[in-house]
Amino acid sequence: MWADAGIAAATSLVVLLLVLSLCFVLLWVERKGSALIQDRIGANRANIFGGILPFNLGIVNTMIADPIKMFTKEDVVPADADKLLHFLGPFLAVFPVLVIFAVVPFGDVLVIGGHSVDLQAAHLDVGILYVLAMSGLAVYGIVLGGWASNSRWALLGAIRGSAQMISYEIAMGLALIGTVMTFGTLDLQAIARAQGAHLWGVVPAWGVLYQPLGFLIFLIAGIAESKRVPFDIPEGESELTCGFFTEYSGSKQACFMLSDFAEIVVVSGLVTTLFFGAWQVPFLARDGWHFPGGLTLAMPHLAIVALQVASFILKVLLFCCLQILVRWSLPRYRYDQLMDLGWKRLLPLALVNVLVTGIVIVLAG
Amino acid sequence: MGPLTFAALAAGLVASALTVVLHPNPVKSALALVVTLFLLAVVFVFLEAHMIAALQVIVYAGAIMVLFLFVIMLLNLQDDAAETRGSDRIALRAGAWLGGGVLAGELVTLFLRLPLAAPSAAPEGYGGAAVVARSLFTDYLLPFELTSILLLIAVVGAVVLAQRREA
Repeated sequence: MWADAGIAAATSLVVLLLVLSLCFVLLWVERKGSALIQDRIGANRANIFGGILPFNLGIVNTMIADPIKMFTKEDVVPADADKLLHFLGPFLAVFPVLVIFAVVPFGDVLVIGGHSVDLQAAHLDVGILYVLAMSGLAVYGIVLGGWASNSRWALLGAIRGSAQMISYEIAMGLALIGTVMTFGTLDLQAIARAQGAHLWGVVPAWGVLYQPLGFLIFLIAGIAESKRVPFDIPEGESELTCGFFTEYSGSKQACFMLSDFAEIVVVSGLVTTLFFGAWQVPFLARDGWHFPGGLTLAMPHLAIVALQVASFILKVLLFCCLQILVRWSLPRYRYDQLMDLGWKRLLPLALVNVLVTGIVIVLAG
Repeated sequence: MGPLTFAALAAGLVASALTVVLHPNPVKSALALVVTLFLLAVVFVFLEAHMIAALQVIVYAGAIMVLFLFVIMLLNLQDDAAETRGSDRIALRAGAWLGGGVLAGELVTLFLRLPLAAPSAAPEGYGGAAVVARSLFTDYLLPFELTSILLLIAVVGAVVLAQRREA
């Protein structure tokens, strides 16, 4: 009983720390990556030991000094704002995003001291539905934040945000239906395990092979859900100052930023889990390597688990970097183009995907 | 679900439901409705109906209530006290009391007719996606399809109403 509770607490803590630490890494990747793309040097002012160190400490600056600065700044609340909702907004924005990761498995089973631990914070039979439910709640943070600020820019940003998120939620859900049909389950850990097989003994049977269109639609809708360029209409700094968080400062604004980065990590985690084999390493099974041609190589259990977790984190980081690359290389959509893409392109495509998947499943028996 | 959990959830539900009706600010009312629907989903979770709980949050708390809030904010509704004239208010109140009374009467009759015996144990996989889907697409197939036709009619109707008319 106590051991189970301890294991549950430990896995939850690991997942939370995983997301938060990835967010901090992304903070630096975003700074340096954007500088790289724009041919600048980027954050490099970190003269903390009087310049006696031979290497650059810019990474320390962005990962430690920036958050400290943000969280200790003055917190300004507009005079006519709704105090309670203005206070709640940032937390309602960040909380649902952080809890989504609870159902994302970050590894297979870890056997330790007679206990077998499923490396997933919450094992839910309806995992995918839980993901959709929580990402649907994430919109309240920006809607409330924007409305409670009592500012026109913020209100416009909030209204745009709610319209955008509802539109893309539908395409996202429909894109996932193809995956659910392929694997026949809503449970993310079961989907991860199903991707351990190999087609013709050589190609890892990852979800993207069965659902290439579903993957593209999900990724686009996911980027739109995280409200970043090219989908950052709710923020739109050239028209709306800063959109829904115009009237936020200090730690509350940091919360909105954190929810942005956490959403990148969550979208990457979901893409990895559903389409890119989750924690699977090609040819690595629970007891060791099984290469095509019959060559097998045993490996200790802990090493295998460590490799799988590392492979999951690596894949997630890869998709995080892809999203940052997208952000810094594309221009922003106009509002009508954004709605066009969601309702007239992605939604019909997702429906076609469901239809084709159904036909293939029926034909394949 | 233990009696203590149920009491706490029920108290929260009733309190937020009363806030929906009594709060003068429409945005706060809508938010209280979100809380009500979310707490209802929590009740479903404690009853092992995970699928229904997730759908409750996706459909009601996530999608429908966002649209409610969207419309309220777009119209910029303020406190509703001064909106209606005196005579209209009396008629509105009478209608509301009448409608509410009929619903409350129905609820009481229903409650009095309910069997008070303890329910039998839930079958295997109760409340999971597979079981719900199976009963939805076998026993309740006709009502399910009829509901979707009803929704389709509503969508077509909305499009017709919203269509720009030629002068």
